[in-house]
This record gives sequence, C-alpha cells and structure tokens, in this order.
Amino acid sequence: MSKAILYDATMCIGCKQCEGACAQQNKLPYDDTVAAESLQSAHKYTVVLTKEDKFMRRLCMHCEKPACASVCPVGALHKTAEGPVVYDVWKCIGCRYCMVACAFGQPKYEWGALNPRVRKCVMCPDRVVAGKPTACAEICPTGATKFGERDELIAEAKERLRQNPSNYKPRIYGLTEVGGTAVFILSAVDVEEYGYPASARIGETPMPEYTGRVMERIPDFIPIWTLVLGGIYWISHRRDEVAEAEAQAKNGGAR
Amino acid sequence: MRKHLTLWRVIFAVIMILGLYSSFIRYFRGLGAVSNMTDQFPWGLWIGFDCLCGVMLAAGGFCMVGAVYLFNVERLHPVVRPAVLTAFLGYLLFIVGLLFDLGRPWFIWHQMIYRNLHSVMFEVGMCVMFYTTVLFFEFLPNVFERLNWPKPIKWIHKVYPILIVAGILLSTLHQSSLGSLYLIMPSKLHPFWYTPALPFFFFGSAVAVGLAMTIFESTQSAKAFGRQLELPVLVTLGGALLVALWVNALLRFEDFFHRGLLKQVITPSYESYFLWLELTLTFVIPIGMLSFKKVRLSPQLLYLASISTVMGFITNRLNIALIGFETYVGHHYVPKWTEFSITLMIVAMGFALFGLAVRYLPIFPADTEHKLEEPERIRVSAGVLSHAGD
Repeated sequence: MSKAILYDATMCIGCKQCEGACAQQNKLPYDDTVAAESLQSAHKYTVVLTKEDKFMRRLCMHCEKPACASVCPVGALHKTAEGPVVYDVWKCIGCRYCMVACAFGQPKYEWGALNPRVRKCVMCPDRVVAGKPTACAEICPTGATKFGERDELIAEAKERLRQNPSNYKPRIYGLTEVGGTAVFILSAVDVEEYGYPASARIGETPMPEYTGRVMERIPDFIPIWTLVLGGIYWISHRRDEVAEAEAQAKNGGAR
Repeated sequence: MRKHLTLWRVIFAVIMILGLYSSFIRYFRGLGAVSNMTDQFPWGLWIGFDCLCGVMLAAGGFCMVGAVYLFNVERLHPVVRPAVLTAFLGYLLFIVGLLFDLGRPWFIWHQMIYRNLHSVMFEVGMCVMFYTTVLFFEFLPNVFERLNWPKPIKWIHKVYPILIVAGILLSTLHQSSLGSLYLIMPSKLHPFWYTPALPFFFFGSAVAVGLAMTIFESTQSAKAFGRQLELPVLVTLGGALLVALWVNALLRFEDFFHRGLLKQVITPSYESYFLWLELTLTFVIPIGMLSFKKVRLSPQLLYLASISTVMGFITNRLNIALIGFETYVGHHYVPKWTEFSITLMIVAMGFALFGLAVRYLPIFPADTEHKLEEPERIRVSAGVLSHAGD
C-alpha cells in the first residue's frame, strides 16, 4: 500500500548522510560546500538544519492530495499509488505554478538552465516500486529517518509519543496538515522554528479543494452562461426586428 | 506633429534595442540571469504585469462587444472596433509575454495534449487560446474591408452571434479564473488580497478596466491621430464606469467587513500603504470625480478618471502578484532592469501595432465603408454625428 517516511528529530545526530545519499541517488554534486548550504535548492532536495544541539530535516512532504499536482496545467506532477509525488520532466512547460502553490515551498527551479526543470525530492520512486527504502532512510545510522507503510508509521509515531511524552511536542506534523502528507515529523521543538509552515496557517483542508470548489462549477457554468448570453442576444435583437417591422408597416414600407 | 512623432520613434527604438538585448539574455543565459525571480519568488513582474494586467487591460474588447451586440447599446458602436483591436493585440502580446516567462516555452503546446482538468492554469490557457481565435475572427472584417472582399465578411457575419456569445463566455471564464489561480495560496498571500471572492473581484475589475481603457484609448487615439472625439460615447462610458466602480467598491468593502479586516485595513503597515494606494486610485479618485456631472461631460476629466482607474487596478494586480507575497517570503522582490525592459518592449510593440493597424485598416468610424456592413444592418455609419446632439 501507500508508503511514507517518519522522521524523528530526537533521534537525529546531524551526520547529514541522508543529504549525501540523496545527492548520489539523484546524481547531484555533493561536497563540503553543498553540505554547508542550509537552503534547499535545485541541487539539494533535502537539508539537515542545525539549531544549537538539535536537528531538523526538510524535504518534500509528499502530500496525500498534493497542491503541485492539482495546479500543473499539463499534469507533469502526480501522486503515485505507492506514495511518492513524482515529476515527468518531458511534460513540463515551466510555468512554475507548482512552486507558488506548494504550502511547504518544496519545488525548486533550475534558474540558470536554458531548458530548466523543477527539482524536488521524489521519494526515490524506482527504489520504492522495487520494494526498497528511500536512499535517505537506508543510510540513516540511527533510524531517525524511517521508511515504511504509511499506516504502520502513523501507529509507530503515536506509540513513541505515548511511551515518551516528555521527549516530544505532542503532535505528529504531517498527519493532518493540508489533509495529511506522507512525511511525518516528531520533534522536541516546534517544527515551525525550522521554517515549516505553522499547522494553523496551512490548515487541514487539502489544498486542491480551494481551487476545486471553483473548478467543479465550470461544467455547469458553461451551458448556463451560454444560454443566458444567447438569450439576451436573441431578445435584444428580436426587439429590434419587431421595432423595425412595425416602423416599416407604419411608413408603408418606405424605410 | 512630425517632430513629436520623431521623438516617440527614438524612444521606441531605444526600448526595442534594450528589449532585444534582454531577450538575448533571457534565451541564452536563462531566467536566473535575466530576472530577480528566485525559488522563494517564482512569479515576478512578467506574471504580475504582462499576464495579469495584460489580460485585464484587454477586457475592453468583450465589454464593448457585449454592450453593443448583446445589449444593443448602439451609441457605443464606434468604439467596438478599436476595443476589439486592443483586445486582439493585448492577447497576442500576453502570449508573447508567456513565451518569455515560461521556463520551457517551446513546450507551450503541451497543454493541448497533456490536459489536467483540475488545473486553473489549464483552464486559463485553453480560454486564452480559444478567445484569441475568436478575437482574430472579430478582427478579420477590418482586413477584408481593406482588401475589399465582401464575401468573407458575409461569412463572418453569419457566425457573428456565435463569436459574440463564445467571446463573452470565454472572457467571463478566464478573467475570473486569473483570480482563482491564487485561491490555492491561502497561507502565502496576504489577507488583504487573499479572499474566496478573488474570481468575482477579478471579473468585476476587468469590466471596470474594460470601460476605463475604452475611454482612455478613444481619447488617446483622438489626440494622436487628430480624430474627432466621440463625446456621447465617452459620456455613456463614463456613466457605466461610475456604476462599475461603485459595484466593485461595495463588494470590496463587504469582503473586508465580513472577514473582519476593517481595522487592519486602516492600521498603517507595509501592505496597507499599498492597499491605500490601490483603493485611492481605483475608487476614491475616479468615483469622486465621476460623481460630478461636469466631469462626466468633459472628455479631458473623463480621461483623467479613466487613467486613475486603470493605474489603480494595475496596482491591485501587482499587489496580488508581488506585494502580497513579500511578508510570507520574508524579503522584497524588485524586478531586474532586464525584466522591466522586456515588459516595456512588449508594451511598446502593442502601441506600435495599434498605430499601424489604425493607419492601414478601417478601425475608426470615419474610415468605415458602410456599404459592406449593410447586409448585417450594422449602423456604424450613424456613429458619431447622429448622436452628437444626445
């Protein structure tokens, strides 16, 4: 069934091996300079952030109902049955609506390229289909990043919160945000401190619903509005014809 | 006159040269080199001005076609052709603007084959494509008249009702949908501008701007081409503009009121300064001016009121596209000079093409050869003079 990632920040030691494995998996350059970058970019899909002695990962959340996929005019992004939200570059026209629409600001762009692509974590779809964990989860030495069945990971996260309530903020980030994601975060501090959008701000409504409410009316709107416009046209022109015919009759046909 | 034109030609040439240089940077160095857009600010001036404002400024086309052919406001007939011309050029230039902004413009045709029916962008794209086609056919009679080909004009007149209804339907859809684009960003766009009513506001303001632009371009071309001003036309448009502005203003107030924002609106902040600018230009100045009969009867003052309206709604679109995101992003976005220069080039192309079309095609009523129009009983010829005493 649907897969997911559970990231437990309290278990993270900030070794950044996930960054390196991610770069290798996606054939991206990775050296000390890239490792030092604290911003995600077209060449860095995931980043481990450090604040005092605490760490936090950022990566695409792989929303259950992804905004990026719903806004893409050519359907270049889509949610697979296995869980990953993937990108088909050959369809992309480069409108960048996905970047503007994503509540987590995850899609990045190759601004320097002449045939630029949208870049983001795609949850190693080839590995996932082959039954393997993502590169970041496989390499993680402490198990802070764990890959598995979505349902099982939710249960496990709840269990960890129940057993060690003092270790964590009492919530699983990603469980309900924007209608649920496929990346869950457990942490001792608020994830908002690391740039994640506040839960209250992004809400629990799946993002596609905001535009969907309008889009779903269009199939009804088109025939109704066509009839109204056609009707107005017919009435106003009919009135003219009648007026003209009457005028003609009055003047004995001499217009 | 001659000297005046020469100065404008020099300015035009400078704009075109700088624009071509920027285009070179755009296509040979990439979007990052030509613009100040970043991962945090993926949509910049080109989306804000060239696309949102471009389509809004072209709204005069469907407004005038609707008024004259749908509601039979005969008096406005003389401005239909220039309004349709402006719209046609506006949409063509919108597409040119897109070719600069899209990262992979060579795949723009993909949306015809890889359709995502849930995407607002897809809907806008298809509407713009079809509406530009409709405008092309609404514009064609000008060319046929010039070439003295009565036959194809008759064919077009036969399908005119379809073109008119389709044009207004498509305009309603995409003018409002440009607002719907932003509905998916409730957490990013500032509450002053993010509202579920965005599609209604975009449509309502497009109608107001359509009227204002028609006043603007009639006056402007009267000045530039030494034509007679169509006062009764302007008076009608001014009255309609006042109504449209009141409707927009009341809806806007309702929206702020219902979302409990009135207090925040009057509290000084970075966003509220831009909002005040927008509201002053869109509502306070033009509504204030147009409330006086003296203004509604003066071409000069009507012209000023329409400029204020147009500038105001341009501010509105830029606030939505740029200013409204700055607090979320955490820094300012200021377009690079090359972005401005490409925008300027596109605008200059619009003015130049309009000038050429007016010179070579029967756009204004004085040039209209009514004998070709008679089959459809279109009373263009009556135009200016018969209504002069209204």
